[in-house]
Amino acid sequence: MTSIPRDQWYVAAYGAEIGHDLFTRTVCGESILFWRTRDGAVTAVPDRCVHRRFPLSQAPSRLVDDQVVCGYHGFTYDAGGRCVAVPGQSRIPRTARLLPYPVVEQDSFVWVFIGDRAKAEASRIPRAPWLVSPDHTTVAGMEPLRARYSLLVDNLLDLSHETYLHGGYIGTPEVAATPITTAVDEQAGIVHVSRHIDDAECPPFYAKSTGLRGRIARWQDIEYTPPCLYLLHSRIAPVGSVPGPDGADPDAFHVEVVYAITPETEHSTHDFWCVARDFALGDEEVSTFLAESNRTVVLQDVEALNVLEQVIATEPAGCQELSINIDTGGLAARRLLQRLCAAS
Amino acid sequence: MTAPSGDRVVRVHWVQGTDRLRAVCHCSAEREFEDPVEMWEWLLGHPVGHAS
Ligand code: FES
Ligand SMILES: [Fe+2]
Ligand SMILES: [Zn+2]
Repeated sequence: MTSIPRDQWYVAAYGAEIGHDLFTRTVCGESILFWRTRDGAVTAVPDRCVHRRFPLSQAPSRLVDDQVVCGYHGFTYDAGGRCVAVPGQSRIPRTARLLPYPVVEQDSFVWVFIGDRAKAEASRIPRAPWLVSPDHTTVAGMEPLRARYSLLVDNLLDLSHETYLHGGYIGTPEVAATPITTAVDEQAGIVHVSRHIDDAECPPFYAKSTGLRGRIARWQDIEYTPPCLYLLHSRIAPVGSVPGPDGADPDAFHVEVVYAITPETEHSTHDFWCVARDFALGDEEVSTFLAESNRTVVLQDVEALNVLEQVIATEPAGCQELSINIDTGGLAARRLLQRLCAAS
Repeated sequence: MTAPSGDRVVRVHWVQGTDRLRAVCHCSAEREFEDPVEMWEWLLGHPVGHAS
């Protein structure tokens, strides 16, 4: 059994990455060709010509209007994947067709459905509305990770590692020292992990961006919807300030950290990250600082997980690991992922 | 912040000042554990051993 759930939506790209040009990315082991048609819609088809399997993203394959022409012998396909021309003959074989992937562009992401296309329900795609909201300013990026996606899930569900792996950036001693609350909504299939630190040192990441100095209240509320979308609602406020009963929270700074965790292969992952803030809107200096700092933090994780993947991949089967309280959320996520894999 | 509210929500509280976890099933059965693996086995084993 594979460890990557099928019949699921995955983030394949940022919408901004796909223009009127051939773009390829591998998602869950499937090489997919994307382009944006002249009417602005994103199209996704297998990146393999049906003739001799030449990659359609590979030059001299090219886009001509809204048709892709294979660079090897010239099979030509329309945006729906239908073959409209083959070389030297007028009869087009009936099976000459690239089966399109269901695609939805939403919240700045391009989502594709991997699996049985009949099961693709767009309403099941989890949302991250901050990323396109005018009340937020967002910075984003994507780093290639040479490790299985489940290692990134483990990593993100347990933020106590911030204290050690990201000390001096986002980690302070209180993160690892503060107990968490975990909840699993079995119907919705969502894991929630909360850590509310009422009196903590303000790490540089937040001190520099918010201007808060000294001690702060720092809340971290994670919502993970397996397999792909991870949200961290981060709240930074002066010590003692809490949201009002109506939810108003004027003294606090809110940062919505979003990750899309997309398996590339069984042993590699696309690590999409976004940081949306509700303060210093449009401030370029703050944006640059947050983008650089977050990328640094993501790369610290990438470096650690790349090493961990090598260790795990070369270890004999059955090596034991040990879980403690901080792993409660990660274990819950594994259970939900196992359930999705078993169902697919 | 978007607290989970379905009818099948299970919760785990890290008991303040201790190393124990208190698991609360959606059927309202509760039990304390020291090992999160054992804890999830009990919690997800509902209804086995959940008479509250
Ligand atoms: S491989 Fe594409 S036309 Fe021959
Ligand atoms: Fe990290
Ligand atoms: Zn129960």
